[in-house]
Amino acid sequence: MTRVLGIIAGTALILLYATLLLVVMPTIQLRTGENPPEALEPYTESEARGREHYISLGCIYCHSQQPRDPSQAPDMARGWGRPSVPSDYSYDNPHLLGTMRTGPDLFNIGARQPSVDWQLTHLYQPRAVSPGSIMPAYPFLFRETDYLGDQIEVKLPAQFQGSERYVVPRQEALDLVDYLLALDHTYPAEELPQAPEENEEDEEDEEDETGETGETGETGETGETGETGETGETGETVETVETVETVETVETVETGEAGEAEAEPTAAAAAADIGERRPATAGDPSIASADAVVERETP
Amino acid sequence: MNPAIAFLLSMTFLISIGGLFLMVWGLANDQWGDGQEAAKTIFAEGEIGRAEDPATTGPRRRELQEEADGDIGKLDIDQSELADRRVYDSSSRQPVLWWLTSSVVWLLLGSLFGVIASFKLHLPDWLVGEAVLTFGRIRPAHLNVVAYGWASMAGVGVGLWLVPRLFKTELAGGRYATIGAVLWNLGMGGGTIAILAGFSSGLEWLEFPWQVDILLVLGGALAAVPLIMTILRRRVHHLYVSAWYLIGALVWFPMLFVTGNLHALFTGTEQGILNWWFAHNVLGLWMTPLGLAAAYYFIPKLTGTPIYSYTLSLIGFWALALFYSQVGVHHLIGGPVPTWLATLSIVTSVMMIIPVVAVAVNHHMTVLPRWRMVLISPTLRFVVAGAMMYTFASVQGSIEALRSVNTITHFTHYTVAHAHMGVYGFFSFILFGSMYFILPRLVRWEWPHAWAITLHFWLVFAGFGIYFWFLSFGGWLQGLAMLDATRPFMESVTLTLPYLTARSIGGTLMTLGHIVFASHFFVVLARMGPEREAAPRMMASRYVSEGGEA
Repeated sequence: MTRVLGIIAGTALILLYATLLLVVMPTIQLRTGENPPEALEPYTESEARGREHYISLGCIYCHSQQPRDPSQAPDMARGWGRPSVPSDYSYDNPHLLGTMRTGPDLFNIGARQPSVDWQLTHLYQPRAVSPGSIMPAYPFLFRETDYLGDQIEVKLPAQFQGSERYVVPRQEALDLVDYLLALDHTYPAEELPQAPEENEEDEEDEEDETGETGETGETGETGETGETGETGETGETVETVETVETVETVETVETGEAGEAEAEPTAAAAAADIGERRPATAGDPSIASADAVVERETP
Repeated sequence: MNPAIAFLLSMTFLISIGGLFLMVWGLANDQWGDGQEAAKTIFAEGEIGRAEDPATTGPRRRELQEEADGDIGKLDIDQSELADRRVYDSSSRQPVLWWLTSSVVWLLLGSLFGVIASFKLHLPDWLVGEAVLTFGRIRPAHLNVVAYGWASMAGVGVGLWLVPRLFKTELAGGRYATIGAVLWNLGMGGGTIAILAGFSSGLEWLEFPWQVDILLVLGGALAAVPLIMTILRRRVHHLYVSAWYLIGALVWFPMLFVTGNLHALFTGTEQGILNWWFAHNVLGLWMTPLGLAAAYYFIPKLTGTPIYSYTLSLIGFWALALFYSQVGVHHLIGGPVPTWLATLSIVTSVMMIIPVVAVAVNHHMTVLPRWRMVLISPTLRFVVAGAMMYTFASVQGSIEALRSVNTITHFTHYTVAHAHMGVYGFFSFILFGSMYFILPRLVRWEWPHAWAITLHFWLVFAGFGIYFWFLSFGGWLQGLAMLDATRPFMESVTLTLPYLTARSIGGTLMTLGHIVFASHFFVVLARMGPEREAAPRMMASRYVSEGGEA
């Protein structure tokens, strides 16, 4: 080649074309921010502050927020929830999709672990409630005090108690937990293919469940909140947003595996003590049994 | 029909027609025909057949020449061309030294961050007292320091050094690039502090706050000024392959970096798409062209042989531009993105095999007949190892983008290992080799310790081998465990521990290698250490005509 201008024009045009295709087209097609689902609340002030801490502490480098479709990976069976759709992220700027799962997906952590106590203990010392975890401890989000007052005490197993003083969360920790609890996307996603009648049924189910706090053995039902999206009778919506690629294999995951992966009754029962553990879509046995550890060790 | 698919189809049609016309035009204007003549423009008259490596010692140099093709006795180098080249080299001295020296400092800092982050993954209660030292801050600090401090600054430095040689004229406006280096360093410092202090923007590869990025944009723009000014004064008809890649990088990076920094205009999923389109293009359309520009120059120059096929390099360049610019969304396979988009990225990822094979054939076929030179020349060893790892990383990347493979490797340490194969195995190795060639030319002082270069190579090569294979294997097992719903999630965490520990050992060896390299670098910069036999004569024409190097 002998023409500098030709190279400049060629390379610039190709990248422009790629930008049009990969950035502009999806933005026109998705318009995420414009139609937030009704069930999705904007972040409150403290949740938004907590989200800032989530970003500043780099949680994203180990945790994703994008459950995959059951046809691709057993994310639902692990209790991480239904596959996410673009509108779930209507209030997310910056996005926190994440690309690593050194730790579990957090898209529904608020539904899976709704206990403030558990979350605080876990942030202060992850291994106190989740043996084997390699998540860093965040002691700098807490402080020690002799006077508890109306502050929340962080409950710790004996082996993790450094001193006789109370460990209490700083505002950062409380905000962060607020944000984590707000990560609850158990509402049905309109974009996913679904049968209208089933949708209604599920909404009823959900109402039922919320009434029964602290239930232990809900293993069968818990899978259902995520179920709405999956039946896939209507083919039309598949075209617009396509996390769902194969709809046939879904069935097996819903009832069979989801049930199996649910917590063992004893562990869940123990967990009910540390906070009102709502059954929701929970289902990571490791977390459930970790709860049991706290129960056993704290006086 | 979905408007996106309709758009895609019509664009495919238009692009194909456009490409056809371009090919007809190219054939009619003999754009393909200048072939091997154009490949020879980097050599002086009579220089082909001369091996060249300023980093070897005297006897090794003769050995090296024996492995090269040419019979020195019969060759008569055009001395005026060599004299001109020395003028070109000295014209770029100041800016190149600024960019390269800065990059070496960032390399040390980035390695330190990397090792700390690596150890933290299997020692989660180590250094947790301060927010500054938490994993979630050290890791992005590592990424940004090595990507923008080390790799980008070294790449710009090597590029600036190549520019006057490629266009056969003095570097014009070098001072702008020097100011650019200062601004870029300020940006790097500000950005790194911002991340450690908790002011990250939250987007991977774009963590620096936009206020800091303005400094990088200005610094980069200033570094581009001499490239443009020198192009306007060029005294070559044929643009050598490396020049295309440099021009490409010059056009692409500003477009990418500015677009990437407009992320606040996007929300949620769209922002994620923009994010990964940008992040992968930093590797594909910034580091890769800079690395290939260097490889396309140094492999022929060191071996004294023109590149294997000029036409292939033409295909390699344009195919890279077309396909690499669209692969980014393969980072979001399985995520909440339209399937057509992920599929497009998968297809282009696989199509990347075309430019990769073109480049691989070109590089490796040039070296293959003289492969023993790799054993003798430390510079060539680094560059060829880098070129081989480019081929490996690219083919691996194409396979990794396939949905079935991606399902396993996505979200795991496997991806981290792969990213290091690209940025470290390919790009950094080529940069090391380039610096071994360039630095003696700039400071007129030879590398005093051949053993240090060998030690550097084996430390980083072995260290990276441990790093890559252990982490890839561990990541693969992690992915399989995660896909098996009957195994608790925690199993996918605990099973990686031995591999993460091995990665820390590999990373430590790499860092030791960097310390050896940096020490040697500063020794040469200060013109210290034992003076080697050819040092005073290295730049003199008489030495060259005696069979030395130019």
